[in-house]
Amino acid sequence: MDASFLNSFHLDILKEIGNIGAGNAATALAKILDRKVDMEVPQVKIMGFSEVSEVLGGAETPVAGILLGIRGDISGYILFVLEETAAKILVNILMGKRPDEEVVYNEITLSALKELGNILTGSYLSALSTLTGLSIKPDVPDIAIDMAGAILSVPAIEFGKSTDTVLYIETEFIEGENRVIGDFFLVPDTSSYMKLINSLGAVC
Amino acid sequence: MADNVIKVGMADLKHTLHPGTLVTLGLGSCVGVALYDKKTKIIGLAHIMLPWSHQAKNRSNKAKFADAGIKLLLENMIQSGADRKSIVAKLAGGAQMFSYSAISDIIRVGERNVEAAKQVLADLNIPVIAEDTGGTHGRTIEFYSEDGRLMIKTIGYGVSYI
Repeated sequence: MDASFLNSFHLDILKEIGNIGAGNAATALAKILDRKVDMEVPQVKIMGFSEVSEVLGGAETPVAGILLGIRGDISGYILFVLEETAAKILVNILMGKRPDEEVVYNEITLSALKELGNILTGSYLSALSTLTGLSIKPDVPDIAIDMAGAILSVPAIEFGKSTDTVLYIETEFIEGENRVIGDFFLVPDTSSYMKLINSLGAVC
Repeated sequence: MADNVIKVGMADLKHTLHPGTLVTLGLGSCVGVALYDKKTKIIGLAHIMLPWSHQAKNRSNKAKFADAGIKLLLENMIQSGADRKSIVAKLAGGAQMFSYSAISDIIRVGERNVEAAKQVLADLNIPVIAEDTGGTHGRTIEFYSEDGRLMIKTIGYGVSYI
C-alpha cells in the first residue's frame, strides 16, 4: 500500500488489523498443528527499496512466498512470506514429522504450505474485512520458493508504481522452541487503494 | 570475490572503473542492465523495477525505470570517461515469480521490463550481446570489469556466465 497516503491513525488501524489477524492466525495454526502457538505483537513496517531485500535475512535468503489474489470490494493480492527454514519446520509439524527433518518439495508438501498460507492470510483478511466493513475474498493460493529479493520484488514493483517504500506487517509465531517470522504484504490494485484508505479512515 | 565490490540495491544504479565488480542480489521480476565499455573497462549496472517512467506517478528515482535509468547510467559512465561507441549491454532477470492468472498484468511485469530495456538500448544504439532473462526463478548477478563477464547465480538452476 502506498504509505504516503497513510497517517498515524491509518497505521494504528493497520496495526490493530495485524494484531487481530495474527491472533486469528495463531489460533488457526494451533488448530491445524494441534499444539499451542503464541505470537508476538505484530509490527507495521514501512521500508525503502534499498532495505527491502534485507527483510527476512537478506536478499539471497531462501524464502517461501504464498500469494493469494483478492476479490470483492477491493481487488489486488496479498503475499505471505516466511523463511524457507521456518516453512520446512511448519510442513514437518503438519505432517507429523520431526521439525528438523529434510523436506522434499512435491505436490503434498507444496499444497500443505499453500494451505498454511491460505489459513494465515485468510485470518488476516477476515480481520481486515471485519474492521473496514469491506467484502474481501481470497482466491486460490500460488506458491514460489526462491531468494527473498526475487520474491519481494513482486510487491515492491507494485508499490514502486506510486512510491519508493513498501508497507508490510510482520508477525512472529512461537511454537515451543520454534519461532516463525512471517511478513504480510497487502497489495491492492490502483483502483482499490483509495477505497481501502477511506474505509480505514472511517474506522477512526 | 574481486577487490572493490559495489552492491547495487533495488531501484538503484552504480558504475565503477576497472578493477571493480558490481553486484546485485536476488533479482526477481526486476531486470539487471549491465553496461560494459570494452575500451576503458568501465562497467555500470542498473537494477530496474518498472518499464517506463511516463507511466508512473512518482518519478523522483530515475534508477527505478528502464528508460530513465539506462540513460542516467550511460551518462554517468561517459562522465567517468567511458567511450560511448564501445559500450555493450547484457541483461539478466525479468522472471515471473508467480503464475497466478488473475494478476496476469502484474506478473507480466518481468517480461515488460526486459522488452522496455531492449527497446531503450536499441534506441541508444547499444547492442545487447548476451542475456539470461525470463523463467520463474530469482538471480544474483556479479559483473566483472576485467572482462565484462556477468555471473548469474540461482537457487536450483546453478551458476552460469554470460
